[in-house]
Amino acid sequence: MDINFSAQDLEFRDEVRQFFANEYKPTQVSPEGVKPEDDYKDAMIRWQKKLYAKGWIAPGWPKEYGGTGWTVTQKFIYETERGAAGIPDVVPFGLKMVAPVIYTFGTQEQKAKFLPRILSSDDWWCQGYSEPGAGSDLAALSTTAEYAGDNYIVNGRKIWTTLAQYADWIFCLVRTTKDIRRQQGISFLLIDMKTPGITVKPIVSIDGKHSLNEVLFEDVLVPVANRIGEQDKGWTYAKALLAHERTGMAEVADSKRALRELKLRAAAEVNGGQAMIKDPIFQLRLSDIEMELMALEYTELRVFASMAAGGQPGPESSLLKIKGTEITQAIQELQLQLASYYGGALQGDLDNTELGHNFANEARRNYMYGRAATIYGGSNEVQRNVIAKAVLGL
Amino acid sequence: MNFDFSEEQTMIKDSVARFVRDEYDFDTRRKIIDSEEGMSRDFWATFAELGWLSVPFAEEYGGFGGTAEDLAAIMEELGKGIVVEPFVSTVVVFGGLLSASTNEPLKEAIIPSVIDGSCLGSFAFLERQSRYEMADVTTTATACDGGYSITGEKTVVFNGGIADKFVVTARTSGSQFDRQGISLFLVDSKAAGVTVKSYKTMDGQRAATVTFDNVIVAADQLLKGVGEGLDLVDGVMPTVLMALSAEALGIMSMLNSLTVEYSKTRQQFGTPISSFQALQHRMVDMFIACEQTKSMLYRGLCDANDIAANPEMDNTELLKSVHALKATVAKFGRKVGEEAIQLHGGIGMTDELNIGHYVKRLMTINVTFGDGDYHQKKFNHLSYSSL
Repeated sequence: MDINFSAQDLEFRDEVRQFFANEYKPTQVSPEGVKPEDDYKDAMIRWQKKLYAKGWIAPGWPKEYGGTGWTVTQKFIYETERGAAGIPDVVPFGLKMVAPVIYTFGTQEQKAKFLPRILSSDDWWCQGYSEPGAGSDLAALSTTAEYAGDNYIVNGRKIWTTLAQYADWIFCLVRTTKDIRRQQGISFLLIDMKTPGITVKPIVSIDGKHSLNEVLFEDVLVPVANRIGEQDKGWTYAKALLAHERTGMAEVADSKRALRELKLRAAAEVNGGQAMIKDPIFQLRLSDIEMELMALEYTELRVFASMAAGGQPGPESSLLKIKGTEITQAIQELQLQLASYYGGALQGDLDNTELGHNFANEARRNYMYGRAATIYGGSNEVQRNVIAKAVLGL
Repeated sequence: MNFDFSEEQTMIKDSVARFVRDEYDFDTRRKIIDSEEGMSRDFWATFAELGWLSVPFAEEYGGFGGTAEDLAAIMEELGKGIVVEPFVSTVVVFGGLLSASTNEPLKEAIIPSVIDGSCLGSFAFLERQSRYEMADVTTTATACDGGYSITGEKTVVFNGGIADKFVVTARTSGSQFDRQGISLFLVDSKAAGVTVKSYKTMDGQRAATVTFDNVIVAADQLLKGVGEGLDLVDGVMPTVLMALSAEALGIMSMLNSLTVEYSKTRQQFGTPISSFQALQHRMVDMFIACEQTKSMLYRGLCDANDIAANPEMDNTELLKSVHALKATVAKFGRKVGEEAIQLHGGIGMTDELNIGHYVKRLMTINVTFGDGDYHQKKFNHLSYSSL
């Protein structure tokens, strides 16, 4: 066993670290303290365009379409450094979700039309999967697309559509044929959000913010040319995408950074004159998390090492999403606990100084929005179903 | 970066696994436990022949020159068979202390006899009041004609009844809780004034209460300088804790596979109980607990490898990893053990089934050289006290 990177890889790590230190300014994208919410979109696009200019926007893509050509190790280092620097991941819907489907299953015309604008962040994408009646049971979806000459006519509702309010395009799973096995009869469509008949309705989430939406389709015309692959085969393409989505969901580097900040905060917050970090019970709660994270870091490394050696990730890869999200939530719980009374105070007429804690507002929001982590991307219960079947053979 | 065992390690791991599978079935083990000595001398000779007893010792003493990683590879497989022969107490602990000794003539005299299987040893450190604090020592060693005179009582000395030699912690200066002033002596179990009272422990193994009544030990039987005993023990402990944790990992993985298999065959309500989601999720959590424990073990082993390659390196990261590992084994080991019994239902309650015996060894490991709370507290101190 050997945990060390090669000298070459260390050199690469230093280059990445240097670039992040020089180019990333936290205020660019930090949602904290940013007044109008639309700043978030501009800030993310500004940062993504910097990565694009550097050629680092899409490490996961094949080189011919604009990927970096990095080794598995370099990709891993890049992700780790990003998390450690506290830099948010790119908005995933275009770069990490629909692009792999387009370059794997799309036509030449689709690749030429969509991929360059995803790379340059000129198009903002969102994901039209979930419906009011189709959550974890995605195949229950009922939005229909009726074939009519050169177009499909789409009718239905998509829900929990993250950041749809900014989107130029949406990729959707729609039902094109009824009365056959549920997974069959689904097609994968790319839909221009400016098409008449589409309405985006905001959903305010329990963190008091608007990132979720409902997207309504009323007789929306979608050119057949915007269908990925064959009609009724969309489920296959979506499944390939999910496999793509599932790698790298442990976010260990991000959690390590969050934990480091939590410890510093715990050293500053006092109770009865004693720093919270000295409190034995608080220490116990902290180390329960820290030790699990130390283990998860090595679980992630084990997965990475077998992939770097050209193999498939072992069964341990299946637990990354479950443990990663549980640990993220556990850290958020302690953040909120540290914020004490101020965690509940809503920012309105008060500014951060008046609130006493500039982190309390963030702690509350992280905690509340963080509940979503064990729901999205296949709820953790569904993940357990998957492991029971695929790994344990139950 | 890689997490594979080397070719050599895989060979020895496979050889231990083969032994457990072909020679060490549950009935054989039961007969050994019920035998007078509580171990099989024949199997011990086999271990010596196969070279397993030589693994941690330096080549100059006839050893294999192995690392913590080598030991972990062996221990994981021994754990799968809950092997009761005194590999931990004689090779890992007693052998580890000898290896770290600075007394060259002593090492040259004893280590070869451990390797060839003729000497069984144990570490006599625990006293009735000392719980997990190695420094809490009331046994005394007083300078006298011919060396030192040792007086005191040691309890739960693992495999003490069959030990030929003990390494004993005895106070040469200072008061009861001082870390300084503790010396390590090699004491023959047949020496005048040594009384050994052996008994069974819940895990099918044996331990003993050993009393020392003015036992005279020559000064050349000191493992290290007078009063420097605890430093030596501290240096050995990471390897010991990782070996025990590897054994626990082997046990946990056995409990998991036995439980999954059983759930597929046990029928209730007209269907295998493996089809029930409530049970599936519990077995998934057992699987996760086992994988996370393995990752923590690998973390410790990698830290140890780093230090072996660079002995001047600060060892705080290794200590944090090892404390976290032992705390993780305690937490997840208990979880896996309790769930295995629960999912087996009534049959899991029986002495006849192997499940309970795996669980009892896990429980013993959990209190050996510090329980989970003890190690978590140590971890907390290393991690948070300077913030």
